[in-house]
Amino acid sequence: MAKLLLYLTLATSLIPLFSVAFSPENPTDRRVLVLVDDFAIKSSHSLYFGSLTSRGFQLEFKLADDPNIGLQRYGQYLYDALVLFCPSVERFGGSIDVASIVDFVDSGHDLIVAADSNASDLIREVATECGVDFDEDPAAMVIDHINYAVSNFDGDHTLIASDDFIKADAPVLFQGIGHSLNPANSLVLKVLSASSSAYSANPKSKLSNPPSLTGSAISLVSVVQARNNARILITGSLSMFSNRFFRSGVQKAGSSIKHEKSGNEQFLTEISKWVFHERGHLKAVNVRHHKVGESDEPAIYRINDDLEYSVEIYEWSGTSWEPYVSDDVQVQFYMMSPYVLKTLSTDQKGHYSAEFKVPDVYGVFQFKVEYQRLGYTSLSLSKQIPVRPYRHNEYERFLPAAYPYYGSAFSMMAGFFIFTIVHLYSK
Amino acid sequence: MVGKTESQNGAVKATAAPAMNLESDLFSNFSFKSFKLKTKQQELLLRVSILGLVYILAFITRLFSVLRYESMIHEFDPYFNYRTTLFLTEKGFYEFWNWFDSESWYPLGRIIGGTLYPGLMVTAAFIYWTLRFLRFAVHIREVCVLTAPFFASNTTVVAYFFGKEIWDSGAGLVAAAFIAICPGYISRSVAGSYDNEGVAIFALLLTFYLFVKAVNTGSLAWALASAFGYFYMVSAWGGYVFIINLIPLYVLVLLITGRYSMRLYVAYNCMYVLGMLLAMQIRFVGFQHVQSGEHMAAMGVFFLMQVFYFLDWVKYMLSDTKLFQAFLRITVTSAIAVGALALGVGTASGYISPWTGRFYSLLDPTYAKDNIPIIASVSEHQPTAWSSFMFDFHILLFLFPAGLYFCFKKLSDATIFIVMYGLTSMYFAGVMVRLILVATPAVCLISAIAVSATIKNLTSLLRTKSKTAVAGSSKGTGGSKASSKASFDQSQPFQKNGAIALLLGAFYLLSKYATHCTWVTSEAYSSPSIVLAARGAHGNRVIFDDYREAYFWLRQNTPPDAKVMSWWDYGYQITAMGNRTVIVDNNTWNNTHIATVGRAMSSYEDEAYEIMRSLDVDYVLVVFGGVTGYSSDDINKFLWMVRIGGGVFPVIKEPDYLVNGDYRVDKGAAPKMLNCL
Repeated sequence: MAKLLLYLTLATSLIPLFSVAFSPENPTDRRVLVLVDDFAIKSSHSLYFGSLTSRGFQLEFKLADDPNIGLQRYGQYLYDALVLFCPSVERFGGSIDVASIVDFVDSGHDLIVAADSNASDLIREVATECGVDFDEDPAAMVIDHINYAVSNFDGDHTLIASDDFIKADAPVLFQGIGHSLNPANSLVLKVLSASSSAYSANPKSKLSNPPSLTGSAISLVSVVQARNNARILITGSLSMFSNRFFRSGVQKAGSSIKHEKSGNEQFLTEISKWVFHERGHLKAVNVRHHKVGESDEPAIYRINDDLEYSVEIYEWSGTSWEPYVSDDVQVQFYMMSPYVLKTLSTDQKGHYSAEFKVPDVYGVFQFKVEYQRLGYTSLSLSKQIPVRPYRHNEYERFLPAAYPYYGSAFSMMAGFFIFTIVHLYSK
Repeated sequence: MVGKTESQNGAVKATAAPAMNLESDLFSNFSFKSFKLKTKQQELLLRVSILGLVYILAFITRLFSVLRYESMIHEFDPYFNYRTTLFLTEKGFYEFWNWFDSESWYPLGRIIGGTLYPGLMVTAAFIYWTLRFLRFAVHIREVCVLTAPFFASNTTVVAYFFGKEIWDSGAGLVAAAFIAICPGYISRSVAGSYDNEGVAIFALLLTFYLFVKAVNTGSLAWALASAFGYFYMVSAWGGYVFIINLIPLYVLVLLITGRYSMRLYVAYNCMYVLGMLLAMQIRFVGFQHVQSGEHMAAMGVFFLMQVFYFLDWVKYMLSDTKLFQAFLRITVTSAIAVGALALGVGTASGYISPWTGRFYSLLDPTYAKDNIPIIASVSEHQPTAWSSFMFDFHILLFLFPAGLYFCFKKLSDATIFIVMYGLTSMYFAGVMVRLILVATPAVCLISAIAVSATIKNLTSLLRTKSKTAVAGSSKGTGGSKASSKASFDQSQPFQKNGAIALLLGAFYLLSKYATHCTWVTSEAYSSPSIVLAARGAHGNRVIFDDYREAYFWLRQNTPPDAKVMSWWDYGYQITAMGNRTVIVDNNTWNNTHIATVGRAMSSYEDEAYEIMRSLDVDYVLVVFGGVTGYSSDDINKFLWMVRIGGGVFPVIKEPDYLVNGDYRVDKGAAPKMLNCL
């Protein structure tokens, strides 16, 4: 009986261990810290937060100037993602500052920044670190006299109905500050840009000089995928996320179609799926290479060996890892420059492989897979492998071309022997 | 300090001993009568015991570094040798032979087995295996540390036999004693200086000795032994080129001076053919031995030798002198023409490679400075300063011309050889500091001839005086004539006193030499250069062990596959002690790669970053000696980085780093200098 109990306790204690061990790696963020200016946002934006919670995120709401907030404790990050819905905060409470947010992103965590007109310097600074610059005029908003949304609440055409994005069912409503992308930053890209008739200015005052930001150079929503695959979403409008914009119908000026519901909900849900790594996340596993005809991975190759390189690439679908199918994954055999560049062939089940011959050059090579596609996490695999020249006993023992030399050597020896005998004993 | 006094005593004793030996038969007449030994036996006993003492002395005088610091490997190159020896003892010979090292010269890698002279490592490993076989549980490091002193001891024995071969056994003993403590040799053979030269000087002297022996005897066996000595030398050091050029030169001189003989023919042909075949077995040499310009002299002399033999034969067959004269003219002209044509065609077709830069810079000391900064940047490739000759040779420098005088007085095949060896090596020693080492044995031998001959004459002078009643003064007259210093008139009354005074003077000089050598060894040549010692304000010794601590940090704190970029001086040490991959190291075979590093070091930070990204560099190691006053840091070497980098990449220009032609590192330095990496 005692034995049975022991087994039972052992088994039960092992179950969670197994479940942890066998659960597939999950790249999706789980713990999200939401910093708000006041808790009213929690209810006014509840639809958006609700969609996040329903997808399994644990949201933690804090006031931005709460003195007890912190991103990490004892060197461990407490959150996987940070949502800054606090456009007017001048100083974060606790241990958070711009540097710590940058560190947070640098260690591979995700960030959503929503500014608004009158965005504080702090938020601007965070945005600048991410590669976008908000309009310097604090009161400026994006104004579009042609593509504005027909609405009943204001007349200054700052509520924009934008459909400059992929597969627009309904235009997205935007009201807020515009930003431009830093040309030196190649990682940031526009997701939602203003139309060519838009400009950024203070709607309350008269336009005295030409606006600094005009046309489609204005970005309304931008994303960044950092080199470490951390993803950032930056928008100049906090009200985009609000229940009001989610629910309201939209009619674009000059268009007769009136959409019952704006595209905000779908747009923001999908884009936050991307930001929180529910979509477009690739992983490469089982990087293998071996000589053709063998299965063990050698520590070193010889020049002119035939080898086979294989890798498995999977895409995270939000719930499970699905095979990633593409025909443009390439492998390089690289030493200072690629010696071999070959497209991997796929078996449609995520397994990619290529066969090639090691070049006739010795040195320390690398198998490199650099796969960067828009919207997907970048894959950068490199595996170092030395390539050695032939060993002394790996050359051919007898060369056919050298037979005359062998012949001459042996005939010389024989001749010398005969000559010696003749010379010594002929007399 | 125990070691110091002990070795000093030993040195004095050893240098004074040959004189004693020469006087031995004098004393044996009365005082040693009680020993039932014949004069010959006594002399043998003395000689063997002196040689034994010199042998031990040569070993212990090189142990200063171990006493001062610890049993460790010195400097830069020896770390590579140590690492390869370790590999050899662990993995065996074939693995060593085929070793492809991916840790150095990243990402090119280096074929260790094919780019080194394995003699030293194989020797050390062989000693190690022997000791293991005899059940001595020693660590390979101890073997490596003590290899150089051990071979220095062996060199003294060879020097004795060599001296005996070219002069007499007295000269041999003095030569052994000289070479045992000569600072020029000690500089490269202290305990811990585990470098090729330590073994190579032994092999060099052995080859020369065996060759001279072969020429003297005309024996095939000695020539064969000489070929094997040459093989050992080739396997140990790149300086074998000196042998393969000196010996043909010597043979040529003998041919020109009409000293051609059958003995020479046998010795040279056997030595050259077998030596060449053996040398080609070393992978690093391989076909260079028949293809490169440096080895062509030997081949040319080989063919010339055959022509001479042929002429001899024709002369023997033709009894007519006039006919022979005509024949001689035709043969010599055609032989030279054919030789020149072959050389020209070979060079033009690229079959015979031209001389390497190092060889050029030997013949023309300014060549390297203008064309190959990588060679000029090495401190031991600089032209020798006068003071370092004095420092390394001391009184030998003055005895050297005297010895040459004696050699010319008594010309033989052997003395011609030593004269040529001495003169050529002295020239090379003047061109490059490190080649003082090659000149050392010759200088020691020639000086030993001078000392031995002088003392012999003086003592025989004394002896004839004391024994005037017994024997005639004929022997003394002959001796004093040969002596330069003791050329007194026979009738002079103060002759004996003068001889005694000169003898005392000679002993005083020799003892001075011994003190000087010991002092130099202890102060200058025993520092490992990886651990720095300085005198503190109160005369106490301060030890800086920063290098080893830095390498240990690398070993402990960086990922195992990290790549470290540093200037090439530190490459071997980083791989051996830090166990990390380096971009360039002390085997400077790829100038472009070094220039890339030099360029990275001397570019602006963002440009340097790109270069380093392309080389996958993870860490950069720079040495700054400003705090401790350590002079050979990277700031000091920086101009060489600029020059070497600029030699390949013209974007790097030296004047950008100079202020009005001066090199400044303070705030007045050139802006590019301050802003580079």
